[in-house]
Amino acid sequence: MRQLLVFALKRLRGVVISEASNGVEGLKKLTSDKYDLIFTDINMPVMDGLKLVSLVRKDTNQKSIPIVVITTEGAEEDRNRAFALGATEYITKPVQSTQVLSAARRLLEIK
Amino acid sequence: MSELNEDKNSAKRAEEFLQVFKKGAEFTQELLKENERLRYQLLRVKELPDGNGAESVAAPKLALLQKKIKELEEEKQEILDRVKEVEEENFDFANRYVVIESENNMLANLYIASYQLHSTLDFREVLQVITEIIINLIGAEEFAILLLDEKVGQFQTVAQEGIELERLPTIELGKGIIGSVGDTGESYFVDDLESYSLDYDHPMVCIPLKIKEHVIGVIVIYKLLEQKSRFADVDYELFTLLAGHAATAIFSSRLYSDSERKLSTIQGFIDLLTK
Repeated sequence: MRQLLVFALKRLRGVVISEASNGVEGLKKLTSDKYDLIFTDINMPVMDGLKLVSLVRKDTNQKSIPIVVITTEGAEEDRNRAFALGATEYITKPVQSTQVLSAARRLLEIK
Repeated sequence: MSELNEDKNSAKRAEEFLQVFKKGAEFTQELLKENERLRYQLLRVKELPDGNGAESVAAPKLALLQKKIKELEEEKQEILDRVKEVEEENFDFANRYVVIESENNMLANLYIASYQLHSTLDFREVLQVITEIIINLIGAEEFAILLLDEKVGQFQTVAQEGIELERLPTIELGKGIIGSVGDTGESYFVDDLESYSLDYDHPMVCIPLKIKEHVIGVIVIYKLLEQKSRFADVDYELFTLLAGHAATAIFSSRLYSDSERKLSTIQGFIDLLTK
């Protein structure tokens, strides 16, 4: 999944991409650097994507970062749960690079 | 005498009256003629389109204006035709953009799948990569990867997702749909995806894992993710890619694992002899 995201996001000029293999690693990166957008898979080892979303939203310094959640779960209740926790966008698998790209463009306000 | 004078005067006045009456009659006649003439002119004036009666003066101007109008109408039609052409071109460009985006997306998925398949020589990691491709890029929920044990002519499940291992049947080469795919090397797709019902002997998709024409295993798909209702063009491309690249990735990683194991055995034996 990460390769697909990186491949898609590399098409955006001037965007610096940083990767993390799970939620804990992602949170560490968030405390040390400033980010404008987060893409996360829900199904991750150590800490899943939804936990990451809820923790980011509790952090006053990071709570406004848009978060795009990617998942295999397409049911309405799963979608609503993710939005209730603070997800900004919800993309279901199978993922297309164009979906990733358009979400990034929209949320980073890149034309 | 006076009566004679009176008669003369009366005759003179009668004569004068007749003269006046005659002149009045002539004048009336002239007035009637003039009236007739004016009525005729008025009638002609009314017949002219602008009503100003200047037909002879206006006619060339009118012709000029009509010519100008005709030219402008033609110019307007040309512009409208051009606008229509540009709109059609725009529509064509928009369609081409969609096609290019779709192709770009397809190439991105194929590139990523290919890149990932050859990113490791660890057998378990290769299977994990194939699993991720099938979930993330194809959108399958229940599937299995089977490898052919040529010694016994049976397929062994090496990875499965969404299914308990015990539920998968034993597949023999050449028997049933999966066995036939392993035998012929031809991919199988169920005719009607919408009416498909889960049957572990009868998958919706079965892809052979081939190195050239030699089948080393199969990928069987039983169920797609809820939001995935049909296969797109890119899925068939991915199946083709998996058929070849996944097979070589599995084969290479197995060879590598075997050679590593043999190397380590030989190294241990050499160490034993030299110490």
